[in-house]
Formats: sequence, structure tokens, C-alpha cells
Amino acid sequence: MRSPINLAVSWVAAMSAVVVSQTAGAAVSDINMPVGVTPLSQEVYGLHMLIFWICCVIGAAVFAVMFYSMFKHRKSKGAVAADFHESTTVEIIWTAVPLIILVAMAIPAAKTLIAMEDTSNAEVTVKVTGYQWKWHYEYLDSGINFFSTLDAEHNRARQVGSGVDLTQFDHYLKEVDNPLVVPVGKKIRFLHTSADVIHSWWVPDLAVKKDAIPGFINENWALIEKPGIYRGKCTELCGRDHGFMPVVVKAVPEEEYLAWVAENAPAPVLAATDSTATATAATAAVEEDADREWAQDELMAKGETVYNQVCAACHQANGQGLPGAFPAIAGSAIATGPQDAHIDVIYSGVQGSAMASFAGQLSDVDMAAVITYQRNAFGNTVGDTVQPSQIKALR
Amino acid sequence: MSTATAEHHDHDDHGPAKGWTRWLYTTNHKDIGTLYLLFALVMFFIGGGMALIIRAELFQPGLQLVDPLFFNSMTTMHALVMIFGVVMPAFVGLANWMIPMMIGGPDMALPRLNNWSFWIMPFAFLLLLSTLFMEGGGPAGGWTLYAPLSLQGGDSFAFVIFSIHFMGISSVMGSINIVATIFNMRAPGMTLMKMPLFVWTWLITAYLLIAVIPVLAGAVTMLLTDRYFGTSFFSAAGGGDPVMYQHIFWFFGHPEVYILILPAFGIISSIIPTFARKPLFGYASMVYATASIAFLSFIVWAHHMFTVGMPLAGEMFFMFATMMISVPTGVKVFNWIATMWRGSMTFETPMLFAVGFLVMFTIGGLSGLMLAITPADIQYHDTYFVVAHFHYVLVPGAIYSIMAATYYWMPKWTGNMYDEKWGKIHFWVSTIFLNVLFFPMHFVGLAGMPRRIPDYSLQFADWNAVATIGAFGFGFSQLIFVYVVLKCMRGGEKATTEVWEGAEGLEWTVPSPAPYHTFEKPPVIN
Amino acid sequence: MSAESSYYIPHEAKWPIVGSIALFLFFLGFGSVLNGGNWIIMAVGGALLVYMMFRWFADVINESENGIYSKQVDVSFRMAMMWFIFSEVMFFGAFFGALFYARIFSGPWLSGLGEGGAAATNAVLWQGFDYVWPTNGPGELGGNFLKMGWFPLPIINTLILLTSGVTCTIAHHAIKDGDRKKMVRWLLATVALGFLFVVLQAVEYKEAYAHLNLKLSTGIYGSTFFLLTGFHGFHVTMGAVILLVVMLRGTRSHFSSTNHFAFEAAAWYWHFVDVVWLGLFIFVYIL
Ligand code: HEA
Ligand code: HEA
Ligand code: HEC
Ligand code: CUA
Ligand SMILES: [Cu+2]
Repeated sequence: MRSPINLAVSWVAAMSAVVVSQTAGAAVSDINMPVGVTPLSQEVYGLHMLIFWICCVIGAAVFAVMFYSMFKHRKSKGAVAADFHESTTVEIIWTAVPLIILVAMAIPAAKTLIAMEDTSNAEVTVKVTGYQWKWHYEYLDSGINFFSTLDAEHNRARQVGSGVDLTQFDHYLKEVDNPLVVPVGKKIRFLHTSADVIHSWWVPDLAVKKDAIPGFINENWALIEKPGIYRGKCTELCGRDHGFMPVVVKAVPEEEYLAWVAENAPAPVLAATDSTATATAATAAVEEDADREWAQDELMAKGETVYNQVCAACHQANGQGLPGAFPAIAGSAIATGPQDAHIDVIYSGVQGSAMASFAGQLSDVDMAAVITYQRNAFGNTVGDTVQPSQIKALR
Repeated sequence: MSTATAEHHDHDDHGPAKGWTRWLYTTNHKDIGTLYLLFALVMFFIGGGMALIIRAELFQPGLQLVDPLFFNSMTTMHALVMIFGVVMPAFVGLANWMIPMMIGGPDMALPRLNNWSFWIMPFAFLLLLSTLFMEGGGPAGGWTLYAPLSLQGGDSFAFVIFSIHFMGISSVMGSINIVATIFNMRAPGMTLMKMPLFVWTWLITAYLLIAVIPVLAGAVTMLLTDRYFGTSFFSAAGGGDPVMYQHIFWFFGHPEVYILILPAFGIISSIIPTFARKPLFGYASMVYATASIAFLSFIVWAHHMFTVGMPLAGEMFFMFATMMISVPTGVKVFNWIATMWRGSMTFETPMLFAVGFLVMFTIGGLSGLMLAITPADIQYHDTYFVVAHFHYVLVPGAIYSIMAATYYWMPKWTGNMYDEKWGKIHFWVSTIFLNVLFFPMHFVGLAGMPRRIPDYSLQFADWNAVATIGAFGFGFSQLIFVYVVLKCMRGGEKATTEVWEGAEGLEWTVPSPAPYHTFEKPPVIN
Repeated sequence: MSAESSYYIPHEAKWPIVGSIALFLFFLGFGSVLNGGNWIIMAVGGALLVYMMFRWFADVINESENGIYSKQVDVSFRMAMMWFIFSEVMFFGAFFGALFYARIFSGPWLSGLGEGGAAATNAVLWQGFDYVWPTNGPGELGGNFLKMGWFPLPIINTLILLTSGVTCTIAHHAIKDGDRKKMVRWLLATVALGFLFVVLQAVEYKEAYAHLNLKLSTGIYGSTFFLLTGFHGFHVTMGAVILLVVMLRGTRSHFSSTNHFAFEAAAWYWHFVDVVWLGLFIFVYIL
């Protein structure tokens, strides 16, 4: 354990190190704000350091006077109390001086703020929708859209008492299945919204943090100057797995980005996407399959995958749920009752609860599979199947 | 004093009632003050116990101990308990004990109401804490209860809302009582500008409470109807707005944080002159500064919402208004230092805590100023940097002031001196661990660790381990406090009337312990 | 204890603890009702609360009648009532705030007006939504509805409340003149007007549900309409009951021309309820 003095010393030392290294190039610090890779993030960092040093100076001055007085004017040193207790002059001085300092801070702050709010002339627009607990990205220009969820390995490792050695991960809890891919050197406009509760999409290196408010859209922008992978997190408490919805942004040179778009842009007719992958040719194949009759074990196998990826966050891998918060699927009256009611819960969601509608998130096949799975797993033995065509008919 | 009593009373009427029902039925401001303070102490250990669960889980990356949902409900409950169950009741307890004595009044203005204000608290917290044992667990949406997340809570939701209403009733009645006491019970000659600053700060705090607690009640009532009666205040589909909840909440919430600090300012303003043996510097400007802080606190609420997407003009306004609060707060800090300047200082335990307050509150205040800078707050918001900020103003701020007050006035309450040696040990151990606990939170916050998460990336591991060690050290060192308090209640060196060499004020003119009824006949004020 | 020379401090207060238990049961019971439980605990709590108030006030009245209170005690009571009413004002303030916020900010934003993401909000999420107050939002929650006009019931209710304010003041002058009979008569009129208001309000609600399809669940309009008028109606009911009690006490000659604080407190409360209504009438019904 280190003493607070050591801590303070190491802090100041490290702060200075950051300042120095900033001039030398990029710096990743474990104790200070990243400088970041956008003009704005650098401006914010500069502002942060400016305010920080001003506060340090104020603090140092205040404490210096105070400690001086505490050492000099103590009774044990024979100090005799003076009895002045008023002076309008000094009161005015120490009202006015701080005021001036504040104005000096406010000017650069206001400048940066104005720049921050200017989303005009963007070249790429991405709509980011928060879900409990994943992100959905939609490129409004090209129609590419996909979900982005915590990487499966990390997800396994983070379960209570998993016993997994975390040091094997380079970016524990900051790895996703599908990162957001964006071009460098272009102004990117983000539209933030949410499908359920409030989330907040934050990437420190881009100095972008905006709340995702259900029913409203917030705007934000970034112009990334350096290719790289930038990681962030959801920063607004959004329920049980708030800590486990990372953001990963992959900034690539423009040609690479265009190639990625060409490869992934959906065929014009395709609407729904698979929950687990970007819209690839494979998805299209699955979609065609929605019309055919699926066998139970096919559905069960697929259903298990979908369940573990999508539903287990709430209803738990063993189907027992968390009593009071998330109902058990095992023995659930709905999951063992008539099909229509069961389908309706997943297709439409349950108003006013965490159970959202999955119609937009899952394909017909996925939905049919996961419903079939729920009816025949965890000791449920309904024995029937739900066919993708039944879901398709609802759309 | 005794002659005054003899005129009006037979002996029985004079002292406290016998038996345990004394505490249930009492209307005496000192009894009720004691009840409040003991209640706060018990709740401090409950809320602190929850904090220790949080810290234990955060000791290492990975989830070792608790389910994330339970973690969230610990965070939520910890804050609710600490704010509504510890700091506020402790301040009301101090107000009960000290205000009548300081203004030369016989008791609180409305003694029966006073009893009710107190006895609501244990029941309100029974209701709140019982939700932890309900299906689905306690509230887990953060102490701010943001819609729509909080609406997803389990059965406990309704009880949480009602417990907030319940506490609110207590706070409003308590504040009304304090306002009436200060305006109506002062001894002749005790003009407003002669009142000790503790009385002044409480007067202003009481107004803040009367003004904003009902707003909180309204906000949570809307949550309740949104959840159970189909209204759509906080749903866009119905034309409402989730952010509207935040505006209403923080209209309450920001003044609330000053409710948690203004009485502390009053306490510090009492203690520093005593141990500097020099009158408080700039009394009048202290009063005006307090009033300015209170006024400004009503127009800065949206600094908690810089990332929700407000119009630019709104962000600007709230940034500038928030920064302005530093000015009157600075005046206070400077006045305290000017009081110490060329004094003749000694450093008994109350003064140690007061100095600790001064230093660490200023650190917390300066980090608050950083948070006020909107573009920078975009990066700070909802990270541990914020957690560090508010613990610096709340723990070595509010909590230290309460401890300082306890050490300062306990000889007057019990008639015995506390154990100075253990008091000092308590201060030093607490202060060291406290900084080990909260200082590293600045680092992990800036480096990108969000708040309200049960698990984190490996880069934050070292500092979190340090913080957890600090938490356990700080937590367990509070047992020293309990030991000193209990020991002092049971006996010890007898305290003199004046107790402290440099103390001034009416409370130091009555014997120690202060008699059950202090001023039956109003004292004469210089 | 002599009344004039020292402040009256009751030495035992049994009712507060009963009140705390009553509130506890009430809230506990209400919570269970909302979660699908039965009404029993809540009813017991409510009944105990009423009983407690009855006994507590009876004690206070007795003490007052016995001349134990000094002028100073009276001032304390007045201040308490004043600030209590102020806290009520702030409570209503929260709901008015919600109304203004929805009308000035969220409505226009949803329909695409305003800076920032407003345009996108409308274009992407709520295409085609046009904001006009009253609204049940882009999701049209609760379906088609009609606005509650200010004519005829609300304007009648306004007149009723204003009149009751006048009758209340007449009663006040009567007691100041020591005319007890007159005071009771005019108070009776006030109480009657108060209850008439509540009845008409109930008729209006029935009308809203039956013919206008205006419900609590009718989006933000229904929410603000019913919560504002509902809490107001509840306060009118409370105020009328308080005035009724004051009137009954008047018939028992509890008040003198100089000592009638209970009357005044009730009257202040009544005027407060009145003023809130004017706000409601303007912002909920007319504008
Ligand atoms: C006792 C409680 C208390 C106090 C006193 C304060 C004081 C201040 N707070 Fe703090 N605050 C909280 C409790 C408190 N706060 C809590 C609980 C939260 C989080 C709530 C939640 O989200 O859960 C919070 C969050 C919070 C935020 C939101 C952060 C975020 O979520 O992104 C902001 C932003 O502006 C802020 C600002 C300030 C400022 C400017 C002050 C100022 O009053 C500080 C003024 C003091 C000084 C500046 C130091 C002394 C002055 C001088 C030595 C003079 C010289 C100074 C200058 C010239 C600058 N606070
Ligand atoms: C006055 C208010 C107050 C006080 C005093 C404290 C005190 C402490 N807080 Fe507080 N805290 C808040 C107000 C306060 N906090 C608020 C408002 C939040 C925000 C909540 C939210 O996000 O919604 C918060 C959040 C918060 C977090 C962030 C949680 C998260 O974001 O997930 C953490 C994490 O470390 C923390 C830690 C602590 C610790 C270690 C203490 C220590 O000072 C506690 C000291 C410990 C003790 C006093 C324990 C003594 C116990 C024993 C000795 C063991 C014996 C035990 C029993 C007998 C039961 N707090
Ligand atoms: C964000 C949390 C969450 C996720 C993810 C989630 N659910 Fe749910 N689910 C809930 C909640 C909460 C309820 C209870 C709703 C209510 O009745 O109030 C529920 C209810 C249900 C029910 C009804 C159970 C009963 O007995 O009432 C079924 C069936 C169900 N969910 C299926 C699914 C399926 C299939 C998925 C994945 C595709 C899924 N859920 C994903 C939270 C979730
Ligand atoms: Cu999503 Cu936190
Ligand atoms: Cu604030």
C-alpha cells in the first residue's frame, strides 16, 4: 500500500510525463485523459489540462497560506491571537480575482463547446442505437447495419466465479464481435438513440459521449485523424449488464473503408439481418430458408446459439432467470402454453418491461428457432416446433 | 436557570420521563437530537457496509462476489442511505441539539412535530431496506432513479418510491420546524445578524429543503404513475421525454447537494474561530455567501446533464452559472483561512477535522469546477472522476463536519471530555485511508473507467485494488469513532462549562452537560 | 406552567409514533396493492392515520381552549402553516414544470423543430408527426381523443371556486366581528361550494372517459391533465374537509374574534387551492 503522499507525488510526476510525451507523440496513460485522435479530442484534452493546472495553482496557493499560518500562528509557538475580523477591501479582492480567473477559463471552454455542437457538413452518417446490452449500427448512406456485442470469450470470462484467467485478454471487456468501421479523415456524424432505456455511447479517444435517449435522436460528430482501433464503453447505467456493452471503433484509410462497404452493403431487397453477423451473403441464404419447413433438431441447435447470445443475458443460460427481475423460461406458463402468446412476447415485447420486441433484431429463422428452443429446453417438453414461416407471416 | 425552573415546575416535570417510552414520546429537542444522531450513526454503518460490498467486488477485475444486478442495487442503496439516512438526519440532529441552545430558546418551536419528524425516519428506512429482500431485489437504477430504467424495477419499485415520499415528509416537517424555531424562538436581543453561522446556514438549508423536497416528491410520483397508471411523462411515444425526469430530478438534486454541505459550512465556521482564538473573519460576507450559494444552486441543475443533448445555449448557461458558485464558496474558504491567520491555534480533534475538511473539501470543490467545464465534462461525465469529486465533498466534507461537530459539542452533550488521544488517532487513520480510497478514483476516472460497473478492464486493476484497501481501512477506522463516542457517553474527565478555551456563544454559558431544558427564561444577550 | 411567561412544550407526544406506524402501514399497503395485493393493510394504515389526526388535533384544541398557548406559540403555528403551503406550491410546481417542458420542449423536438438532433428525431423516428397541443404523442397513445374545453364545466368550476374564496373571506370578517352565526353560515356556503366543485370535477372526468376518450393513458396530455387536476381536486377535498371541521368547531364556539388560528390556516389553504386552480384553468384548459 502506498501512502497518500506517494500517490500525490506519483500523480504529479505522471501528469508531467503525459505533458512531455504529448509533444513526443501519442501517449496512453493509465491516470489521465487520453489525448485522442480527433482535433476536438485534442482541444478537449488541452482544455482539461489548462483547467487542471489552474486548479492546481489555486489549490497550492490556498494551501500554502493555510499551512504557513498553521505552522506559524500556533499557540505552542507562542502566537498571540490578533483580533481583526473584517475588511471590505480584501473581501472585494477575493471575490473579484476568482471571478476574473473564471472568465479566463470560460472563454476557451465556450469556444470548444461551440465547435463540438457543429455537426454540419458530415460525410458519413451512422445511426447508433443502444439496446440492453448491445449496440446497433446503421450506416444511413450505404444501408449496412449490424449489432455489436461483447465478445463471446470475454462474456464467458466475466461470469461470476468463471475462474478464467483474465490476463490472457488484451482488452478485457473492450472487445466486440462486430466493430464499427469508419474512414479516417472524414467528418462522421453520429445519430444516437435507444430502443429501451438510456445508454451513452462513449469513445474517449474521439471525445464523443452522448446519451442515447429512447424516442429522441442526439447528434454528435468526429473526425478521426489516425487509423487505429479505439475502444470505449456505455457510460449511462442501463441495467444489469451496463458494464458489459463496449464500443469498438475501427478507423481505417478511406480505400479500405470503401472496400469494406462494397463487401458488406446489403443486397437492395434485403431487410432483416442476422443477429450475429454483418449482412453477408450467408445471411441472404438463411433468409431464403425462411419459407421451408425446418426440422425440430435443426431449430433446437440454432435456437440454443441464439438463446445464449441474446436471451441468456436476462433469462440466464440455465433458463432459470433472476426471480423478480427476469422470469424463468423453465416451467414458464408462456413458454409452455399456446404458441401464439409465446411468439407474441418475443415478436412484440412486453410493454413497460425490459423484455423488448425482438422483431427488428432477429431474423424469422432465429426467432422461430429460439422460441422452439425455449419450448423444449430447460425441462420444458412441449414438443412442437415454431416455423420461420409463422414469423414471416406476422411481418 | 434553577431559579427560573423553581418558579414554574415541581421537580417531576423537569427531567426526562422514566423508562424506554421516554424515547418514543419525547418532545425534548435534546432527546430528539440524540435519536437523530444515533440513527445516523447506525445508518452510516449500513450504508458503509454496502460501500464495502461495492469495493470488495471491485478489488479485482472479474466478477467474484455478487451478481451485477445486486451490485447495482448496492450502489443505489448505498447512496440513498448515505444521503437521506446519514448526512441529512445527522445535520437535523445537530440542529435539534444546538439551534435552541445557540439562539437562547427553550426548545424547538413545534416539539410534537419534531418527534414525528424523527420517528418517521426508522420506518421509512425499514420500508426502503426491506426492498432488498423482495423478489427481484432492491432498486438498481442508481440513486437518481432515471426513467425509463427505474421503471423496469421489480416489485420493490413502489416501495422505494413510497419510502422517498415518507422521508420527504420527515424532511419538510423538520425544516418547517427549524424555520419556525429560528424566526420565533430567539432570545430578545438575538438579532439575525448576531446568530451563529451554524444557525444561519441551517436556516438557508431549511428553505432549500422546503423548496426542493416537494419537487422530488412530484418527480417520483410521476415515475409511479408512469409505471402503474399508464401515464407517459417519460415516454417519447406519448409526447413526454425521459430527459424531463432528469430536469425535474436535478432541480431537486443539485440544491440537495448544497443541503448536504451548507450546515457543514456552519459547523466549520463555529469550530475554526474557537481553536484560532480569534473571531470569525467576515461574518456578514459569510452570510451573504451562503445565501448566494443557495440562490445559485437553483439555476445550475443541468450541469449533471451535459451529455443528454441540450441546446447549445442551455449548455452555455449552465456552465457559466455553475462556475459562478466557486466565487461565494471561495469567499468562505478565504474567510476561514483569514480567521486562522495570526490566530493562536491549537489542534484538538475538532480542529483537526475542520482543517481536514478545509483541505479536502477544497480539492473536491476544484474538481467540481473542472466538471463544470462542459466540453471537458463530456469526457468526465459518468466516470470515476465524478465519483472522486463527490466523495471528496461528501466524505471529508459532510461526514468530516459531522464528526468535527460531534467531537466539538460532545462534552457539552454528555458532560464528559472525550478521549483526545483516540480522537486524534481516529482523525489521522481516517484521513490517510480516505485519500488512499478516493484519490486514485481521479486517475481511473480520467483514464476511462465508467461509474456504476461491477467489473472493469485490466488497466484499472491496480488503482482499484488500492482504493479497496483504502475503503476497508477507512471503514474499520470508524469503529474508533464509535468507541470514542460510547466511552464519552459513559464517563470520563468532567467537562467545564466553557469546554474550549476560545469558545464563544450561548451554548458555552450553560453547564456541561447542558440541562434538560436549557433556557426556560431567555438569556441576556450582550 | 403559566401560559404567558413561557413557551408551551408538551412533555409527552403519543400521537406522532402512532402516525409513523400509520404512514408505514399505509405506504406498505399501497405498495402491495400496486403489486396486486389486497387493500387491507392500506385501509388499516389510512384509518389509523385519520384516527391519529383526530386525536392529535383534539389534544391541540384542548390545550388551546385551556389557554395554555401564548402568542408566541400561535406565531409558530402560523409560520408552520405558511411554509407548509409553500411546500405544496413547490409540489404543484413539479407538475406544472412537466406540463411546460412537454409543451415548450419535447413536443416541438419530436416534430423536428429545434437545433441538435431534433430534425433527425422527426425524420428517422417519428416521420410525419406534427406537434399540436394537446397531444398524445407520436405513438398516439390511448388513441384518438378530444381536448377538454374550458366551457362549460371548467368555467363554472372557476366561478364556484372564486365565489367560495369570497364566502370564505366573508366568514373571516364575521368571526373577526365576533358574529359566530354569520361565520358558520358563510363557512357552510364555502364548504358546500367546495364539495360542489369536487362533484363537478367528477362529472368532468366521467365525461372525459366516456365521451372524449381522454384518459390517464392519453399520452402526455392525459398525464398532465389528470395529474394536475387530480392532485388539485384532492387538495380541494382536503381543504373542504378542513373547513368543515372548522365550521363544526365554530358551532361549538371554539373561536373568538381574536383567537381563531385554525380558521385562518384553513382559509389560507383554501386560497392556495384557489390560486392553483387559476393556474390550472389558464394553462391546462385555456391555453
Ligand atoms: C456536498 C456535496 C457537493 C458539493 C458541495 C458540490 C460542489 C460542486 N459541484 Fe458537485 N456533485 C455532487 C456533490 C457536490 N458537489 C454529487 C453528489 C454529484 C454527483 C451526483 C450523481 O451523478 O450521482 C456531483 C456532480 C457534479 C457535477 C456533474 C458531473 C457529471 O456528472 O458529469 C458537476 C458539474 O458541473 C459538479 C460541479 C460542482 C461545482 C462547480 C461545485 C462547487 O460548489 C464547488 C465550489 C468550490 C470550490 C471551487 C473550491 C473552493 C474555492 C476556492 C479555493 C476559490 C478559488 C476558486 C476559483 C477561482 C475557481 N458536481
Ligand atoms: C454522504 C454520502 C456518501 C458517503 C458518506 C459515501 C461513502 C463511501 N462511498 Fe459512496 N456514493 C455516494 C455517496 C456517499 N458515499 C453517492 C451519492 C454515490 C452515487 C451512487 C450512484 O451512482 O447512484 C456513491 C457511490 C459510490 C461508489 C461508486 C459505485 C458505482 O459507481 O458503482 C463507490 C465505489 O467505490 C463508493 C464508495 C464509498 C466508500 C468506500 C465510502 C466510505 O466512506 C464508507 C465508509 C465505510 C464505512 C463507514 C463502513 C463501516 C463498516 C464496517 C467497519 C464494517 C462493519 C459493518 C457492519 C456493522 C454492517 N460510493
Ligand atoms: C433485457 C432483458 C431481456 C432480454 C435480453 C430478453 N428478455 Fe425475455 N423477458 C424479460 C423480462 C423483464 C420479462 C418479463 C416481462 C413481464 O412480463 O413483465 C421477459 C419475459 C419473457 C417471456 C415470458 C416469460 C413469462 O413466463 O412471463 C419469454 C417467453 C421471453 N421473455 C423470451 C425471451 C427470448 C426468446 C429472448 C431472446 C430472444 C428474451 N426473452 C430476451 C427480459 C429480457
Ligand atoms: Cu448501456 Cu449502460
Ligand atoms: Cu450539481
